[in-house]
Amino acid sequence: MKKDRSAAGQSPDLSVNLGGLVMKNPVAMASGTFGYGFEYQDYVSPESIGAVIVKGTTLEKREGNPPPRICETPAGMLNAIGLENPGVEAFVAEHLPRLRQSGVTVVVNIAGNTVEDYARTAAIIGQQAGVAAIELNISCPNVKQGGLQFGTDPLMVEEVVRAVKTQTSLPVIPKLSPNVTDIVAIARAAERGGADALSMINTLLGMAVDVKKRRPVLGNVFGGLSGPAIKPVALRMIYQVYREVALPILGGGGIISTEDALEFFMVGAKAVSVGTGLFVNPLLPLEIVEGIKGYLLEEGLNNLDELVGAAHQV
Amino acid sequence: MPALEKGLVTTNQPVGELLYEMEIIAPKIARQAQPGQFVHVRPASTYDPLLRRPLSLYDVNHQLGSITLLYKVVGRGTALLSQVKSREQVDIMGPLGRGFTLLAGRQKALLVGGGVGTAPLIYLARVLQEQGHYIKAAYGAASAQEAAVFARKFNELGVEAWPATMDGSLGYKGTVVGLLQNEPHLAKADRIYCCGPEKMMEAVTAFARRNHVKGEVSLEEAMACGVGACLGCARKLNPQDNEYVKVCKDGPVFDMDLL
Repeated sequence: MKKDRSAAGQSPDLSVNLGGLVMKNPVAMASGTFGYGFEYQDYVSPESIGAVIVKGTTLEKREGNPPPRICETPAGMLNAIGLENPGVEAFVAEHLPRLRQSGVTVVVNIAGNTVEDYARTAAIIGQQAGVAAIELNISCPNVKQGGLQFGTDPLMVEEVVRAVKTQTSLPVIPKLSPNVTDIVAIARAAERGGADALSMINTLLGMAVDVKKRRPVLGNVFGGLSGPAIKPVALRMIYQVYREVALPILGGGGIISTEDALEFFMVGAKAVSVGTGLFVNPLLPLEIVEGIKGYLLEEGLNNLDELVGAAHQV
Repeated sequence: MPALEKGLVTTNQPVGELLYEMEIIAPKIARQAQPGQFVHVRPASTYDPLLRRPLSLYDVNHQLGSITLLYKVVGRGTALLSQVKSREQVDIMGPLGRGFTLLAGRQKALLVGGGVGTAPLIYLARVLQEQGHYIKAAYGAASAQEAAVFARKFNELGVEAWPATMDGSLGYKGTVVGLLQNEPHLAKADRIYCCGPEKMMEAVTAFARRNHVKGEVSLEEAMACGVGACLGCARKLNPQDNEYVKVCKDGPVFDMDLL
């Protein structure tokens, strides 16, 4: 039933508080797809984005994986970048000042090989002005150690989240791996560890073969699948977690239109992240913000609250 | 500043075997386009294939505000692109990347192309020619038909061009690398610009070094974002390097000294 609480012409309130991460609108840029915020500035200004989740950052610099690092697949792509990044100190010195000066809502995605690595990186990030939250990459499928192994064992998830929470007062948002049998068990473990919100989902582990060369396409053999192909998996997992865990969810996985984003809200996401879709359409985040506004106006809603989890009502 | 445009296709026709020439009215991109830069083209509005295709600038017409692309149908994306009709629109980002370094004063340049890699050298030839430099070109083609495409273009521009074809149907019989060895006087240049298959670019880089001529190559790598954000198109220019360059942002044109 349509409601007409919103006065004509009044813009709906799109701001979101995701476990302490305050976003001006509910669209975030997924880590690893938006660089350090300014790579896409000719098309979209980073300060207009709800939250910019910067490239996965580790304690020490990482060179990344040998090429080929990407491969297109049906309605998606595989990537195996291997967490190439200059290390946390260089990130703080070289990238953070500009982001801070521009008023960008910055979320730093951190990764590591050990619980200690995560804790130390979080401690450094936690001391910086201009960081709004930490996303914990416990689900990167492309590095030999750390990443995925942390994300598939509930005890490890709980331990790493707790270790990071003791180092920082920033909101901590673990990014969950879909490469598990029971996503709810992982989400509960993150909650026990003290997570403020959940980010889901990361990429699905996959591979592709070059039939002419008779060998895997990617230099790393395996890579993470993203793009429209994974959207149904993401929706299903968020739906499951929303029913069982009270934490707010940053939902993403294959979003490439406003309608996709709306589906994520309806299964339980409080905000959404866009990644691979940006490579196809650099204006996508802004189009989705406008699209959501349009939908709310059309439906006579003042904000997103009534949409979040709407698909659970029977 | 690179732009995102819905370009109007004026022509998109086969000019050789699996080889298409597409002219697109895209004034914002045309205005800024430098030789050696590329555009990122969405082959269709469907999600499969998903990603944009990086294509080099074959030619630019500043009066018309148009860019021309020359592409070979090698997969599903370029196959879809070849089906676009004139008066339809294509979604293009660009111009992107670092193009060729242009020359100061009046200098001698040698342009060396291999196959469809000769395409960006056409626009380069036009710009260098307009700036009053002395240009020669050497290019290799798989067939007489392919060679004829470039022969016509170089001829229009008034550039002295040396073709090589594998069957000898036009110019030197063999590869463009063979042609260079056969015509050593071509090395008398201040700068060599090269684009083509990897092995050919390696051989041309070696040729430039032997002759103490500086030069640049234009590299190719699978890309997703095209703007240096995703780090997908990484490669090492030299196996000893401890960092990966990003072909989309640091290139696609690189100095031969870095190889």
